[in-house]
Amino acid sequence: MPNPTKLIINCETKEQIEVELTDEEVAQLEADRAKAEADKAKADADAAAKAEAKAELLARLGITAEEAALLLA
Amino acid sequence: MATTYKIIDKSILTGTQANVEFTGLGSYSSDYTDLKLVISVRTAASGSYDYGLITFNNNTSSYSTKLLYGDNSAAASFNWGSSAQLSTGMINNSSQTSNTFSNVEIYIPNYSSSNNKSCSIDTVQENNETAYRAMAAGLWQNTSAITSIKLAGESGSWVSGSSFYLYGIKNS
Repeated sequence: MPNPTKLIINCETKEQIEVELTDEEVAQLEADRAKAEADKAKADADAAAKAEAKAELLARLGITAEEAALLLA
Repeated sequence: MATTYKIIDKSILTGTQANVEFTGLGSYSSDYTDLKLVISVRTAASGSYDYGLITFNNNTSSYSTKLLYGDNSAAASFNWGSSAQLSTGMINNSSQTSNTFSNVEIYIPNYSSSNNKSCSIDTVQENNETAYRAMAAGLWQNTSAITSIKLAGESGSWVSGSSFYLYGIKNS
């Protein structure tokens, strides 16, 4: 099965060429995609942890998010 | 259209491509100070949606994206720091209504300067059900002039019909 292709648009020469990805580029593409998904999952987890910590703090203080915003305004 | 805003190159895909790369941008540094990409894209991936990824000069480090996004019912933010690419936010994949695409505009000021490169990213999905809208500030902490821009889907390849337009903006 052939590798996926990429389109290179050379703005200097105005040539557009379709090139089959090398095995190395396919591996890099998969690694990039895996890293991007891992980065996103980490950011999601960090955001969820922050939201949970915020909710716990509000519960401990016995105030709502709106009341907390009012205090900080 | 003002003469200060000119198309440099474009492509409308007639088949699937893993990525699309504009090269040779260094030859325009004396003509244009800023670049603007206008793309209409959809990927072949499955799942709720895909993300678009942007890479400059084939360099995969020191990017960060601060994203504000919302769907039909709620808004939220997303901080994607120290990553290998910039993110456009949510874009269409095979889960969205057939033959619909996401519109993405990416504005890159001073693309040849010796400062770190910032950009603004504006994205909206087209879909008969939930559709996301995202606005982002992107930063590439690198002082090199941008000579190439690569656009890829995070999880899938661009499908036929996706279009890519690159404009140059003059400062005079």
